[in-house]
Amino acid sequence: MPKVIIDPDRCKGCGLCVYSCPKKVLELNQKNLNKKGYMPSKPVHPEKCIGCAICAMICPDCAITVIREKGRENDGKKVSDERK
Amino acid sequence: MSVVFEKTKGLTDKETHYCPGCTHGIIHRLVGESLEELGILGDSIGVAPVGCAVMAYDYFNCDMVEAPHGRAPAVATGIKRVHPSCIVFTYQGDGDLAAIGTAETVHAATRGENITIIFVNNAIYGMTGGQMAPTTLPGQVTQTTPYGRDTAIAGYPIRVCEMLSTLDGVAFAERVAVHDVPHIKKAKAAIKKAFQTQIAKKGFSIVEVLSTCPTNWGLTPVEALSWLKDQMIPYYPLGNFLDRTGEAGE
Amino acid sequence: MGKKFLMKGNEALAEAAIRAGCRHFFGYPITPQTEVAAYMAKQMPKIGGTYLQAESEVAAINMVLGAAAAGARAMTSSSSPGISLKTEGISYIIGSDLPCVIVNVMRGGPGLGGIQPSQSDYWQATRALGHGDGHALVLAPSSIQEIVDLMGKAFDLAEEYRMPAMILADGMLGQMMEPVEFSKGEYQEHQKPWALTGHKNKRPPNIVNSLYLNPSELEQTILDRFDRYRLIEEKETMAESFLMEGAEYGVTAYGIAARVAKTAVLAAREEGIKVGLIRPITLWPFPKTEFAAFQELCGVLCVELSMGQMVEDVRLAVNGRCPVEFVGHTGGVVPTPDEVLGAIRKMAGVS
Repeated sequence: MPKVIIDPDRCKGCGLCVYSCPKKVLELNQKNLNKKGYMPSKPVHPEKCIGCAICAMICPDCAITVIREKGRENDGKKVSDERK
Repeated sequence: MSVVFEKTKGLTDKETHYCPGCTHGIIHRLVGESLEELGILGDSIGVAPVGCAVMAYDYFNCDMVEAPHGRAPAVATGIKRVHPSCIVFTYQGDGDLAAIGTAETVHAATRGENITIIFVNNAIYGMTGGQMAPTTLPGQVTQTTPYGRDTAIAGYPIRVCEMLSTLDGVAFAERVAVHDVPHIKKAKAAIKKAFQTQIAKKGFSIVEVLSTCPTNWGLTPVEALSWLKDQMIPYYPLGNFLDRTGEAGE
Repeated sequence: MGKKFLMKGNEALAEAAIRAGCRHFFGYPITPQTEVAAYMAKQMPKIGGTYLQAESEVAAINMVLGAAAAGARAMTSSSSPGISLKTEGISYIIGSDLPCVIVNVMRGGPGLGGIQPSQSDYWQATRALGHGDGHALVLAPSSIQEIVDLMGKAFDLAEEYRMPAMILADGMLGQMMEPVEFSKGEYQEHQKPWALTGHKNKRPPNIVNSLYLNPSELEQTILDRFDRYRLIEEKETMAESFLMEGAEYGVTAYGIAARVAKTAVLAAREEGIKVGLIRPITLWPFPKTEFAAFQELCGVLCVELSMGQMVEDVRLAVNGRCPVEFVGHTGGVVPTPDEVLGAIRKMAGVS
């Protein structure tokens, strides 16, 4: 299944990923500030992630990695179109 | 496990100094990915401007030089004439390229200098805190146009791609935007094409990228995306203005 | 003896640069140095080099910056108003520790001034080649042969100390013709591991930069650069001493003014005035040690094609131990040997 990994310390809490995610997987973490003092983005509904990587492509800070873990039928689809 | 998306090796691991939501970071990534995917990172030499992107030399994972304000195309010319087989690019903002560096830009273009310019147009001077840029829209409020840009006093914005595409030395000119993912994908394709134009020795290539400046526009990052789409694109139409990459080269 | 050529100063300096390994020249036409560009435009294509006419002096010096950063022996030349435009780039070149050669064939100023020979850019060359704490090496030839001899030296010193070197000539040296002989043209380019060549995925990226946002880091960079400057001041000063043995009076001048002064010194000697001459060849670093000889004299006369600029360095070197007089013309007017002789007589109390 797809998984979105956010580096909380690279994130500047701009919220572009939260806004762009079609499945509303992400939210800004209002409770814990990161080392820069920002509220970093956090996957609050990871089960809804479809691995489209839109969040990573809109992220200005390269804070987001998207992976696909083995064991699901749609694993064959590897890298997003943009990378080709 | 397979990786769907990870940070490109075209960028260093250094975290950028850009404000939250500033789309400079996206454009950096597109340039870095293009260099990596074309396999030219080891042959690339980049020229950083003066302005918000002044520290780009710390972010691109290739040899870099920091140029005086506006002079990046001249510096790039010097490098390219020494290493014609290297891929030489500049990364410049609107003040750097279209105000203080207009002469260097126009003449590098008309010489057909075989370099690539990544031109980031966010309609404002960001680094100095939000003053009028040559690309500031009529009526746009900035620190130095506090009542809105009055064209009777401050003149009109420059449409760089349209202007440069009148020159015979230009091989590729395209305007793109990075306010949503479909446009980001188009921007990446244009940047890659520009580098391919240089690899094919076709001459001068420029990609103008409409970008946001949430801090100095006084908007949230998300609002800034909409402002770009609703205010900038009508004045700066997207699209390809010139593509001579198919024509016979040198 | 090698073959002698009768050449115009500007052309000889261009030829000397080519023989010193310069293959990248970026210029912009301005009187009285335009023949440098014309010569380069003619020769460079024949030897696989680059001559490029830039859109401005500003662009030309920045092309030099790029070419120097890329590891090449790069050069530009101009005359006074054009050098003013280049100072922005020169400051960045100093701040980025890049080697290159800049030629200033001086003409009268300020402003558009005139097109006749002058030495009124001494302060600019030695004090103010752009903003910030920094220096360029400044070499002042007084003959066309010396222009040729100093050109290779300028490139060598620039590379050794990673800083720009300026050949400070004037419109007369640039325009006149003299026989010159070229050395064999052997030169050793320094290793440049810092140069931008593309890292080829074999080393970390090289970065050429003059920006240091941390003040302590900027200060340390400048302190390190000034350590190098001190070394240059110890090792690289050059001056010619002429008839200084037993001299009671001294004359000093550089470049074309030194030739006028030399004629006057010889004439004064014939009259029995014990006068000698020191001609600085490096203006920065100023040859203070050589000038210490002046401290023992009864009087010193400085001759310049300006209102008196180098005279301040002479006074600093003499340190108040003897009076320092000045004679000169500005605006493109050249002092005559008789005028200088008159000033020597006056200094020596001979009527």
